[in-house]
Amino acid sequence: MPATTLSNAPEPSRTDPAVIRNFCIIAHIDHGKSTLADRMLQLTEVVDKRQMREQYLDRMDIERERGITIKSQAVRMPWEAEGTPYILNMIDTPGHVDFTYEVSRSLAACEGCVLLVDAAQGIEAQTLANLYLAMENDLTIVPVLNKIDLPAAQPEKFAAELAHLIGCEPEDVLRVSAKTGEGVPGLLDQVVKLVPPPVGNPDAPARAMIFDSVYDAYRGVVTYVKVVDGRLGRRERIQMMSTGATHELLEIGTNSPEMSAADGLAVGEVGYLITGVKDVRQSRVGDTVTTQHRGATEALGGYKDPKPMVFSGLYPLDGSQYPDLREALDKLQLNDAALVYEPETSAALGFGFRVGFLGLLHLEVIRERLEREFGLSLIATAPNVVYRVIMEDHSEHVVTNPSEFPVGKIAEVHEPVVRATLIAPSEYVGAIMELCQSRRGAMRGMDYLSEERVELRYTLPLAEIVFDFFDALKSKTRGYASLDYEPTGEQTADLVKVDILLHGDKVDAFSAIVHKDKAYAYGVKMAAKLKELIPRQQFEVPIQAAVGARVIARETVRAMRKDVLSKCYGGDISRKRKLLEKQKEGKKRMKMVGRVEVPQEAFIAALSSDSGPGEGKGKK
Amino acid sequence: MPSALPAGEPVPASGALPPAALRGAAQRPLGFYLHVPYCASRCGYCDFNTYTASELRLAQAPATASRESYAATLAEEIRLARKVLGDDPRPARTVFFGGGTPTLLPAEDLVRMLDTVRQEFSLAPDAEITTEANPESVTPAYLAALRAGGFTRISFGMQSARAHVLRVLDRSHTPGRPERCVAEARAAGFEHINLDLIYGTPGESDDDWRASLDAALSAGPDHISAYSLIVEEGTRLARRIRRGELPPTDEDQHADRYLIAEETLGAAGFSWYEVSNWAASPDSRCRHNDLYWRGADWWGAGPGAHSHIGGTRWWNVRHPAAYAAALAAGRSPGAGRETLTAEDRRIERIMLELRLSGGCPLELLTGAARRAAEQAVADGLLDPVPHRGGRAVLTLRGRLLADAVIRDLTD
Repeated sequence: MPATTLSNAPEPSRTDPAVIRNFCIIAHIDHGKSTLADRMLQLTEVVDKRQMREQYLDRMDIERERGITIKSQAVRMPWEAEGTPYILNMIDTPGHVDFTYEVSRSLAACEGCVLLVDAAQGIEAQTLANLYLAMENDLTIVPVLNKIDLPAAQPEKFAAELAHLIGCEPEDVLRVSAKTGEGVPGLLDQVVKLVPPPVGNPDAPARAMIFDSVYDAYRGVVTYVKVVDGRLGRRERIQMMSTGATHELLEIGTNSPEMSAADGLAVGEVGYLITGVKDVRQSRVGDTVTTQHRGATEALGGYKDPKPMVFSGLYPLDGSQYPDLREALDKLQLNDAALVYEPETSAALGFGFRVGFLGLLHLEVIRERLEREFGLSLIATAPNVVYRVIMEDHSEHVVTNPSEFPVGKIAEVHEPVVRATLIAPSEYVGAIMELCQSRRGAMRGMDYLSEERVELRYTLPLAEIVFDFFDALKSKTRGYASLDYEPTGEQTADLVKVDILLHGDKVDAFSAIVHKDKAYAYGVKMAAKLKELIPRQQFEVPIQAAVGARVIARETVRAMRKDVLSKCYGGDISRKRKLLEKQKEGKKRMKMVGRVEVPQEAFIAALSSDSGPGEGKGKK
Repeated sequence: MPSALPAGEPVPASGALPPAALRGAAQRPLGFYLHVPYCASRCGYCDFNTYTASELRLAQAPATASRESYAATLAEEIRLARKVLGDDPRPARTVFFGGGTPTLLPAEDLVRMLDTVRQEFSLAPDAEITTEANPESVTPAYLAALRAGGFTRISFGMQSARAHVLRVLDRSHTPGRPERCVAEARAAGFEHINLDLIYGTPGESDDDWRASLDAALSAGPDHISAYSLIVEEGTRLARRIRRGELPPTDEDQHADRYLIAEETLGAAGFSWYEVSNWAASPDSRCRHNDLYWRGADWWGAGPGAHSHIGGTRWWNVRHPAAYAAALAAGRSPGAGRETLTAEDRRIERIMLELRLSGGCPLELLTGAARRAAEQAVADGLLDPVPHRGGRAVLTLRGRLLADAVIRDLTD
């Protein structure tokens, strides 16, 4: 049992930076990060056995079920090493590609990171990308293989892989089992030994970096910060340096892991602030907090406004739920500074919102929460990226909805591109290269992590990834490839808008912006799909795919020829009237596109790719 | 008669009707439907409320449900009808025996049931008295007995002239027999003779269908009903199709067959007067069915039978044993009923009258539905000439899409 416990550990605001270790854990989904965190909470006795529940820190249901950590937290844990009491601040990082910026801020709050890799699986693309981020932030890396108790574990092989990646000796790679606790005390000792203490000027004006911001229904926004310079004390007025907004500090404290108020936070310390604001957009990740009185004049670097990369139209299935959808989005935005939306009207789908997301997972999580927590049934249009269209007259349009792609003389179209990292067993290299090439990818490099595993780096248009890249990658590599990507800018491309027309009427929800060479394939595929989905009408319904006025594909839903009950005698009348009432109800739920009745199911089926964007996710 | 009964309100034990149902009754014609729930065997496509001897044995029905005493049991309900309708002076304009197979009972039984109606209600001087009959279950003597008992019309279930089609339908008669039945019925003195045909049976070709129509016409009936085969869930036919033993039915093929029927029957001088019914002359139309389609009153007696009097619809319990038990206990055999609102009746009128060659008056339609009617004229589903005169009348294409037009016109 450690001699240092919560009761005799150094107190917040009075802790020497020299005994502080700020670290995070970088790991792939399922590689055991939450279990390791659980073990640390137990070993440091901040959570006793009785209170322990699995994945303690992953609060939200949705995270727990998906095994994804979306919102990070910081936990202050006492730990004694060689007779000295230390304070370990474990900063939990969000674990997905969409949250790269948030990850980068969490990393910026740390001096070291534990690189946790499943000893049976090896490193995955997403972990690798975060590892690179950590290295760019000059973090000390503590390499760890987890799950060494598994029969399938290959610690030698993967220790070599990790050593190769970070430039250490294979013997330096720690081996633990988060499940059994084996090796975890040694890991904490190594963190103390290897990770450098935070450095800052205690006498300078206060500067603290926000690395997370969470809305709580009872307490308002809880802002997580790391104090870099100076000190923040309770009852002080603080200022957000990006906006200049000032707030009363209602509470300041640390998490162990529950919130516990303190006198303040000093250099190198990590904790939370509560100011009574109700909206996380007033307390943005990456911003610098200072004191209003004698505050700092220069913010810490690295702040960026969250920028939505992927857009989708969200429409309630039942039009009367539109106000509910608005209210639900308003509520979610309180906790999600990256969520943006504005009302949108679709001729086909009615009233809804065009919603901007950081990426596909973000979209999926928001959509799931809207349906689950707010009881909404939604139709979502196919996700698209943001295009910048420059006209020949030099005017510029930012297109977040394909149906608003400008007509007329277009000089150039810019689309966002990403730097993608793919890791897969070497036998799939050919398949991956073929896939990336077909998705307009440009290869940036390739490295063998070991004899069997290869890392490929590509520049790819984000639109191609948003389309159905995960599914294609999964099927071409039998699920063995992992993918990570990060936006790197934009490129010009030969893009066109493909419209889908039903009986001559454009269906705005089906318009898509695609590369010129793929317009035909897209048009043919959509037309064929719709032909299967649209029921026969009283008249023939042509389905056309068109680029501008040029029709590139055509299918026809033949007219329904017979729709009549053959027998209608005395005993049939009640049944027939009730059937008629039911059919009329069904008709009300149809969406009208011109004169064509389209069942909502057809929209849902046509708009969903073969499997949702929630699949794949770089997950093995 | 459809297999499933609707859900409804309970029927009082006395069978008494709401007073509103009897208001103005004298102005409406009254008919009787008498259901005979027995068949020699069950056809593969049939989901009607009918029972074979073995099915009744399986259900361990008491003796009261037996075929032998059926005429007496049904007579009880007709006497109940007399009580419920009180001093309603209307004679029966039509009586229709359906099933099941009414002709599975001795002719005397059918005549006895008809006599009960005659005794309790009297028959109008020109009353139409019809029975359905299976071609294999009648003889010249049987037909003569019916005619002598007062029957004026007979409807044979011919279905098809092709042996392979009859086999799929499980019909036991041989091709040619229905045509001979028509001759025998004529000889017995029946003036009105109908043949029922079914099209779209798996395995039937267009030519098979033409052959059936030709055979039916050559027999010389004055009325033909033609129904597309409906594969009802739970029937043997549905199972055979699901197992892949038979091809599924095809709506486009049904449309083709309907057009063939219209063409063939029209060439032979028959005119459609309801979506599935053609008559050689206006006098040959089935007046009983016309009661259904024009919202008239009829009392349906027998297990599972439906009735309608002045906006109240009700239906009897389905099983012959439960039916007999209710009557034996002096209770109404009614299982449930519904009282139509004015809007229900308006919708029903559109739904039923639109299927008739006379169509329905446009004044029944709401403003939106009148615009839909104009669109239907433009789309070739409603005939422009009667439309100008204030009536919605289906064109040939409109008949095939009648349900869609009804949906549009009842908005």
